[in-house]
Amino acid sequence: MADERRGGGGGRGGRGGRGGAGGDKGPGQRRSLFRRRKVCKFCAEKIDYIDYKDVRMLMPFVPDRGKILPRRISGVCAPHQRALQTAIKRARQLALVPYVSD
Amino acid sequence: MSTSRQYELIYIVSPDAAEQEVTDLHAQVEAQVGRFAGELVKTENWGRRKMAYEIGPHKEGVYVLELINGSGELMKEIERRLRVSDRVLRYLVVRVDEELRAAERARGRRKTSARPPQAGAEGTPVAAAADDRDDAEVQ
Repeated sequence: MADERRGGGGGRGGRGGRGGAGGDKGPGQRRSLFRRRKVCKFCAEKIDYIDYKDVRMLMPFVPDRGKILPRRISGVCAPHQRALQTAIKRARQLALVPYVSD
Repeated sequence: MSTSRQYELIYIVSPDAAEQEVTDLHAQVEAQVGRFAGELVKTENWGRRKMAYEIGPHKEGVYVLELINGSGELMKEIERRLRVSDRVLRYLVVRVDEELRAAERARGRRKTSARPPQAGAEGTPVAAAADDRDDAEVQ
């Protein structure tokens, strides 16, 4: 339970940053409405090596826009996010994953 | 030749290229591996697949993956040849031995921490605490 709170705190920090832009005041209540527990997908599934060739594994972390999904949204832990980042960048070089789309 | 490293090589061949040209490129790589006393572990031809973005005029390409054990010199020569070839749209060489070893280590660590901690509790409190937290996250 304690861990969950800490994870939520990280998320709040991220959103707070955005709130500074002014747009996040209204949906602030959403925060308390659904806060799902975030578990790092790679820790949960015990994936040690994030393979840049495995497009199906990477795609959930590359939204339509083509950017890399931030940790505060996906809940991936820091070491895995770092590995994921290099994997996505390698996959981009090989045109397996887009740099930009739309 | 004391340093043998593990590399992954992927290259994308132009979709206009004939089957024969793809085979030729593979033969060329194989020949270089032989010349530098490396080892070709595996070859995978992914065939034609759609690329995430266009490279030049092309929307799809023929992907070939090769797993190679060998020296840096070998990879340098292979890279040079792929660069010269105008049928190769793109290539990527990644050295994987260290990453795979790290993954192996992580797997080993998980296996040992899965065992119930008994004697280590008093010995190294910090490490034990860290292990516990890992377990909590995994579950």
